[in-house]
Amino acid sequence: MVIIPKSLDQRRTSLELTRAEQDSLGGKDGEALASAYRILAAIGEATGGEKLVPIKWAHVSGVNYNTIGDAGLKFLESFSKDARVVVKTTVNPMGYDRSKPAGISDHFREKQEGIASAYERMGVTPSFTCTPYEVFDIPEKGSAVSFAESNAAVFANSLLGLKTNKESALSALASAVTGKAPLSDLRTDEARNPKIEIKADHPFQSELDYGLLGYFAGKVVRDSCVSLSVPVPSTVQAKALCAGIGTSGSCGMFRIGSGGSERISFGRKEAEDIMAELNTSEDGDLVALGSPQLGLGELELLSELVRGKKFTKRCMIFCSRAIHAQASKRGLAGDIEKSGAEFMCDSCTCLTPYVDHEKYDSVISNSVKGAYYLNNSNKVKVALKDIRTIAKEYAK
Amino acid sequence: MIISGCRRIVGGEGKGPAVVTTQPINFLSMLDPKLGKITDPKHELYDVPLAGTVLVFPFAVGSSVGAYVIYSMREYGTAPSAIVCSRTDITTASGCAIANIPSVGLPRGMSVAEVKRGSTLSVDADSGRITVKI
Repeated sequence: MVIIPKSLDQRRTSLELTRAEQDSLGGKDGEALASAYRILAAIGEATGGEKLVPIKWAHVSGVNYNTIGDAGLKFLESFSKDARVVVKTTVNPMGYDRSKPAGISDHFREKQEGIASAYERMGVTPSFTCTPYEVFDIPEKGSAVSFAESNAAVFANSLLGLKTNKESALSALASAVTGKAPLSDLRTDEARNPKIEIKADHPFQSELDYGLLGYFAGKVVRDSCVSLSVPVPSTVQAKALCAGIGTSGSCGMFRIGSGGSERISFGRKEAEDIMAELNTSEDGDLVALGSPQLGLGELELLSELVRGKKFTKRCMIFCSRAIHAQASKRGLAGDIEKSGAEFMCDSCTCLTPYVDHEKYDSVISNSVKGAYYLNNSNKVKVALKDIRTIAKEYAK
Repeated sequence: MIISGCRRIVGGEGKGPAVVTTQPINFLSMLDPKLGKITDPKHELYDVPLAGTVLVFPFAVGSSVGAYVIYSMREYGTAPSAIVCSRTDITTASGCAIANIPSVGLPRGMSVAEVKRGSTLSVDADSGRITVKI
């Protein structure tokens, strides 16, 4: 171990780096790795890390052309010339499903394929999922990982016992090509003890209640970990909770139960205030399900709810190709398709060109995260309803 | 006035008018990097040009893709000269690292509200100092 001496260039860092890491930061192993170590140094400074530790899995965001744009594509094309991933690396959804090109411009497809190719050149697994925790084997508890995609980071910390900070698209990419991340914040036990408890003061019934709680928690809690005094969520409800927290804040973990010295109430009033912010329409022209992408839990529930019925509006279901394959084997996908719903694999409700303001004025969804990005990025209004209500009102 | 003891996130120097907000920023949903402006009318900094300023905000929230938005501002020539946060987050730090935007975190306990709006800031990230000219 050497401590890098103070200097006025980008190689300076207060992280304790090994000689090899220091050389890479200085450019000995090429510009791509130097950039990756510059990112790790900057996030290490930001989170108060003292050294880098090995990670077992990186999950990278920044795949959809609608989110990273031309500048992102240009960066990835250049970065992928030299950079190769050195640990298991999965990637977030892209903007569309290659088998459903209707409604997607040639321009978008060309750019999107450029991004996908750059990632594949680096050696990632082309998973195109925001729920990697439902698709891949989970490392043993306590393992350090590096997850961008906020819902996945919160899920990994809170439900799987993995240790990740709420990484950015670029920091997770830096971890993917170095196999390392700073030992800081939620990778240390200290940060995983909540100081604040949020107590639900009204009955919880649906995944939407958990989504609203998550959005509230993200807004009010500035710590990395929060305690939530609520009934233990099912996996479907936990996904909604993780997505909500990840959308509104910087908090990267929750613990179910009481804990912490300060208590905040989450009552009907607080839930209604968030509904007032995100529920911007009474009704919609399209049902969009899947942010996070649906897993077998949601698909089983949905197949029961719509059995023998037909959707009265167009319905898009966003899920990963791997989950779709599993659902097809079990007959779930076929059951759901009989109701008229369409599966859009490899993509997600958020920022997809399938659901933009040129095609739809308003959309029906059960996702708090989806509602936030539909309203703010896609400029589409949202009728926010839980999945049982959606099935009841729109599948007849 | 000099604010010393800042935490260096990304080295370098940057100078410009202080653009200050106490509200967090979700770079992905709120900012258009081509315009270099926040496009969310509910945000305090709505429509304020950020190019060449010293952007002072508490921390980023929400999407992990925000780091690319910061990088895109550099590519489109709309980036701030420096970025100052009260609690620098990973999205901001990594975006600044790749975009080469000098960045510091304010000394522990200091809030962004203490940075005078309308002042001119010179950020020297390597020495952890911000010079404030009213």
